[in-house]
Amino acid sequence: MKITEQQYEEMVKASAPKSTVIINCAKAFLVGGAICAGAQLIYNQLHAMGFSREDTGTLVAAILIVSAILLTALRVYDRLGKFAGAGSIVPITGFANAIAAPAIEHKKEGLVLGIGAKMFLIAGPVIVYGTLTSVIVGLIYYFVR
Amino acid sequence: MTKHFGTASVRFSNPPSIIGAAAIVGPKEGEGPLASYFDKISADILFNKDTWEQAESELMRQTIELAVQKAGLSAEEINYILAGDLLNQNSGSVYGARSFGRPFFGLFGACSAIGMAMGLGAMIVDGGFADNVVANASSHFCGAEKTFRFPLELGTQRAPTASWTVTGDGAVVLSSNGNGPFVTSATTGAIVDLGQKDVNNMGAAMAPAAAEVIKNHFNDLYLPHDYYDVIATGDLGLYGSKLAEQLLQDSGFDFGERLVDCGALIFDNENQDTHAGGSGCGCSATVFAGYFMKKIRDGEIKKMLLVPTGALHSVVTIQQGETIPGIAHAVAIERKM
Repeated sequence: MKITEQQYEEMVKASAPKSTVIINCAKAFLVGGAICAGAQLIYNQLHAMGFSREDTGTLVAAILIVSAILLTALRVYDRLGKFAGAGSIVPITGFANAIAAPAIEHKKEGLVLGIGAKMFLIAGPVIVYGTLTSVIVGLIYYFVR
Repeated sequence: MTKHFGTASVRFSNPPSIIGAAAIVGPKEGEGPLASYFDKISADILFNKDTWEQAESELMRQTIELAVQKAGLSAEEINYILAGDLLNQNSGSVYGARSFGRPFFGLFGACSAIGMAMGLGAMIVDGGFADNVVANASSHFCGAEKTFRFPLELGTQRAPTASWTVTGDGAVVLSSNGNGPFVTSATTGAIVDLGQKDVNNMGAAMAPAAAEVIKNHFNDLYLPHDYYDVIATGDLGLYGSKLAEQLLQDSGFDFGERLVDCGALIFDNENQDTHAGGSGCGCSATVFAGYFMKKIRDGEIKKMLLVPTGALHSVVTIQQGETIPGIAHAVAIERKM
């Protein structure tokens, strides 16, 4: 009996377990929320110390990025990511992880072709399309405001 | 073509004997349910080397050395080394075999490598072109992740159907002399592609190839369905092996408990968090050279069919929207001729 691709696709769909969406969403919400709440605490602290709003924002971002890179190097962030999914990918810490992880992985291929070239393997597309989107939105804003 | 039968099978007239087998694995495999069957468990996933690639080659070198030693031979007595792995340009095998200075065939069959190596190795020995041949396959979790997926430190989640690449190497020494177990027949797989595209469910992509080669093997050689004590597919995993079973049943082959999967055996999927199970060239190679060889030697298994399975895609073809071509090779191992 020959089976068609469509029939097989049905079989595969029936056989594969589904991701547990509700539990995953809850975990992502908790961890993502905790990261953002922590950042807000740091923000409030720094602002109270007398930094301007703008400087505080920059400082908080820098602190989060450095912490995430440190946690990536200590092999903590990948474990957090396994638990939290989007919860630890979406915040700025996830972006830092996406840059640090390939840099560590490809260190053995040298400073230029390894770390330098591979650092943006995952984050590169985000930067490219993020920039492109901001240009398009900026143009729309210019004409319709 | 007196040794060729049906569509894709060969039956050996002078079946080569397996005179040595060795399996060395990494730390995670050493915590799994088959730990006691492996010759050596390395606590160091780097195998005292600097990179994942070097680690795999060192693992391969050590395993071949041990298999040859267990066969009571010296490296000079090996006529050919046939080896496959998952790294680009077969570099895991190439650098591992470099120091032996023996004639070498690098094979690419993805995770079906040990089936391919044993089948071809047996043909070489049966054909009288060699006395002793090493068939080998290796894989390394970290090297495979780097080659096919994401950096290890990236915080992502694995799909429920994803498998875990085995860090391990299985080597088998086939010889024209010996008292068995014997490689008695082999069926070479064709490339089978039923349009699967999900690289996180490779068991589904390979299951049709496994079912196809098993059917061909039984039909070509006119074997009764209860001929083998065990039919072990390579690395279909928990879900892929169910698909293969279903495809075989639909074609009238019901092997029941005899049909097992190396990928489903090697890890404790619940406690070791390996999702669908083990995969990689080292999966079927270590499970055969370690676990099944022991059972065959002890007489617990008298006849078995090993069916290593491979997904023959590359990162580039998948990015270009291609489907995953599957392959499987069947090798029969029997205690007596």
